[in-house]
Parts: sequence; C-alpha cells; structure tokens
Amino acid sequence: MESPPQDHRSSSKPQRGVEGEAPSGFARGGGDASPYRTEEMLLNMGPQHPSTHGVIRFVVKTDGEVMNVAIPDVGYLHRSIEKIAEKATYNGFMPWTDRVDYLAAMNCNVAYAMAVEKLASIQITRRAEYLRVIAMELNRIISHLLSVGSLGMDIGATTPFIHALREREKVNDLIEELCGQRLTYNYARVGGVIYDMTPHWDKKVLTFLDQFEPNLNEFDRLLTNNKILRKRLGGIGVISPEDAISYNLVGPNLRGSGLKWDLRKDIPYSVYPELDFEVPVGNGEAGELGDCFDRFMVRIKEMRESSKILRQCFEKIRSLEGEEYQVKVPKKIRPPAGDVYVRTESTRGDLGVYLVSDGTDKACRVKFRTGSFTAMSIVEKISRGMMVADLIAFIASLDIVAPEIDR
Amino acid sequence: MNIQEISKKLAEHFPGISIEVVEGAKNPVGGVVVGDTALIVPADHIQKICEILKNVDSFSFDCLSNLTAVDKKDRFEVVYQLFSYKHLHSITLKVILPRDEGAHLPTVDTIWGCANWLEREVYDLFGIRFDGSYDLRRIMLPDDWIGYPLRKDYKEQDDYHGISTTRPSLLQ
Repeated sequence: MESPPQDHRSSSKPQRGVEGEAPSGFARGGGDASPYRTEEMLLNMGPQHPSTHGVIRFVVKTDGEVMNVAIPDVGYLHRSIEKIAEKATYNGFMPWTDRVDYLAAMNCNVAYAMAVEKLASIQITRRAEYLRVIAMELNRIISHLLSVGSLGMDIGATTPFIHALREREKVNDLIEELCGQRLTYNYARVGGVIYDMTPHWDKKVLTFLDQFEPNLNEFDRLLTNNKILRKRLGGIGVISPEDAISYNLVGPNLRGSGLKWDLRKDIPYSVYPELDFEVPVGNGEAGELGDCFDRFMVRIKEMRESSKILRQCFEKIRSLEGEEYQVKVPKKIRPPAGDVYVRTESTRGDLGVYLVSDGTDKACRVKFRTGSFTAMSIVEKISRGMMVADLIAFIASLDIVAPEIDR
Repeated sequence: MNIQEISKKLAEHFPGISIEVVEGAKNPVGGVVVGDTALIVPADHIQKICEILKNVDSFSFDCLSNLTAVDKKDRFEVVYQLFSYKHLHSITLKVILPRDEGAHLPTVDTIWGCANWLEREVYDLFGIRFDGSYDLRRIMLPDDWIGYPLRKDYKEQDDYHGISTTRPSLLQ
C-alpha cells in the first residue's frame, strides 16, 4: 500500500483508537496504526453529475478522501459537428458553430466567419467589426458570470450563483433584442453580421453597464473576498506556467498561471488594436501562483475589462453611423483550394479554426481546436494526490464546457 | 522568423532530408497568398524534427497549438500547427501519408503534454496510428465502434449493440 500523497490537509496518520490484532480476513494497512484494511476504490463520477458541467465522466481512483488519480472520459456529447461541416455550405454551417460552445456562441460564430473570410478574401466593414466585438464582449461577460457563479455553487455557495444569473438574464434580454436569440445567437455571417443594432439599443447596454459595475463590486463582497472561498481555492490545483504551455492551456487558465498572454492584445485581430484594455493575470494572492483562485480571479477582472471595451466600442461606433453592416458576398462562397488556421480569443481562450477548402462550395475539413479540450487533458496530471472535494473546485475553475470538448 | 528562414535553418539540422515549402492558397483575382504556407516533412522524421523545433533556442516552439488530419481522398495529411510564446512565430508542418488502413507515423507525445489527446482524436476519427504513443485509445467514440467517421468513404454501421443508428423520416 502506498502512503497517501502529501497534502497539507490530510492528517499524517489516521487516529482510530482500536488496538490489537486486525480481525481475521482483513489485511493490515501498510505501516499504519490502523488495524483495518484500506484499499483503493474505483469510483465513477458522472456522466450525469451536477458538478461536471455537462456530460463528462471521471474515473476516480481514491483511497479515502485522497485521490490517486482522476481519469477523464469524454465523448458523451460527440455530435460530429466537424463531419456536418463537410456536408453544409459555408453559410449553412453557421448555426452549427453555435453548438460548439453554447456559452460562447458568438465567439464561435466569429471565429468560423473569420476563417472563411480570410480564405475567400472578403473584407468586412468597420461597423460590422464593431458590432461583432460588442456582441463578443457581452458574450464574454455572461459566460464568465456563469463560470464564477457555478464555481461558487459547486463548492456550496448558492446565493452568488443566483446573483450572477440575475445579471446574466439582463444581458440575455439585450442580446435577444440584437439578434433574436438568447443562447445560440447565429449572429455573425460570412461578410459581416445579420442585423444592425436596434434604435437606442446602445443606450440600454450602457444603462446595464452602469448598474453592472456596482453589482460586480457587490459580487466581490459576497464571493470573491469570502474567507471560505479563498481557503477552498487557494493553493489547490496549482498549474505551473511550464505545464500550462506544454498542455496548451489557453485563455483565463493560462493567464491564471501568470502568463500575460491574450490574443486580442498580442496577435490582434478585428478592431481590438483600437481599444484600450488591460490583460489581467494571476498573482497567487490566495495561495500559490496558478491555483484555482487565480483562475477564478482572472475571470472576475476580465468582466471589468469587457465592460471597459464595450463603453469604448459604443463611442467609436457612433462615428460609423450609416455604414453597411454586411458586405455583398456571392450566394455560393467558393474559396480557393487551400487551408487556413485562424486563432481568436474566445471566453475559454484561444479558439482555433482550421479550415480546408477544395474549391467547391462546401468545406473539405473544418476543425475546431477548443480550450476545454486541452484543459481537460491536464486533469489527470494535476489530480494526483488531490482531495475528492477539491477535484470539483478544480474542474469548475478550469471552466470546462462539455460540448466544446466533444464537438 | 518567417517560414523561409525556419525551413533553411531546419535543413541545416537535417542534411539529406527533403523539407519542402508549399505556398498557401492564392486569391484568384489579386494573386495574394491568403492560405497558410506549410512545410512538408517526411513521416519518419517528424519526431526528430519536432524535438529540434521545440528545443533549439532560435525556434523555441513550446506550444503545439493544433494537431489534426485531413482526408484528401488520395492521401492523408497530418497537420501540426506550432507556436512559440518566446519568439511569437508560428509554423505549419504537414506529413503526407498513403491512404490505406495501416497509415501510421511516429508520436510526438513526449514532446508536448497536449499531444496525446490530440493524437487520440486523430486516431479515433481517421484511424491513423501513432507509433510509440503511451496511450492510444479511442476518445470520442466507444471502443467497439466500427469505422473512422471523418474518412470521406465512411459508412455508418446499421446498428450499435442492437440500437438502430438511423430512423425513418418524421415527415412520412
């Protein structure tokens, strides 16, 4: 029997107060004072489990509360979206991209549209770019709200989740007014966006932001600065910067490990170079650099930055009044035979779209390289020696969305 | 470094091995290159080439951004997109494999941590084997699934453990 891996909270020796020989049929625990037999237990966490954020299964090998390893088993939500992409036309595939990551549908829309536009040499207008950025940043806010809210709920704090959902509902209403949908937006098109914003919509968003920022402060008082949360997340699931790069973690998970890297800033696309915002990184304030709290904190800070971006966007889009929001593209888009790889910063980090065209009006191959997929592959390595309850916090802090893993 | 410089430097490390630069797709009107320019490397040497690309300072490709495959009907292409956080340059490597049942190439999972899952996905959906991989199992589909769905000639099995994989149209 191996001794349990080191953990600052597991007591070094179980205190059981039973002396003498072990009852017959029970082997002695390896070197422990306990007469009772201990053995490794194999547990299934999932596929239907409230804390796994979708249909994912973890095969957990555990000895009491301390895990030896948690092996993720994915694929329950595999809908072969990449195969469907080969059967649909370029614009006909757009609604399917919503389903790649349903919490960041706008980012998936735009990433796919950008890949097609790059290969087919379509230049969209600046007004369309701004409308896309506005929708993407609103999407980032509600995705992060759900992430930090459900993280709180996973470890036992229900109230902040309700507060987060309350704010999320307001943005859902705004997005519904923009594109008619509350979850799967289908808003971007190859060549721009499908609708312009409605009259006075910008004022409604600004009114929302005016009350969202104080509410975020309240959220901080309720959850972020909560002593219990800091203790539950601090020093747990530490990912070193080297591991983060080797396992290709992206987005807030990478920034949580202290790397100041954001595609919007470092390899800018769209109109992001014209906008002024900070890239928040983890600093190990609740424990170690790269722990669960750092990843959580990066998301909280990013919501404030998104809010900043939105205010600038509305100021700049005013000067573009009257510009087209969609350029004319041929009914059947036929990009030249070849391939292109486009990276964008989705809410879950670097979303890569690899598009191969064979010169016809249907793609030869489309691949979505998503943040959740690679984040999931690091779970096995980090979970060794973790406590079972911490696994829940760890998965929640990675902000995994199951459909994005399986596609 | 741009791709021409990278290929030149890489050729110094591998004398006698053909490393070909293939220009990306061109816009038919202006003739501007819009697609990604790639390096075509031989399958046998992919592991060594990736090791050099990661470990030599002037390359420093510390991140395997993407690994996937394409079925081009007459051949398989395995595509590696590498990126360097240090130098901020990126490169596309392509390996061309004959299109048959036993398509295989060496693994790169000892070089980048994320490679294993990406290779498993390619194995699962294309049936391309990665020699020397420490854990090559199907990832999306069940272990006893027949066929590789992203191949162009894939035909779905009629049923899976007695469950039909098709259903009559609801419109009839």
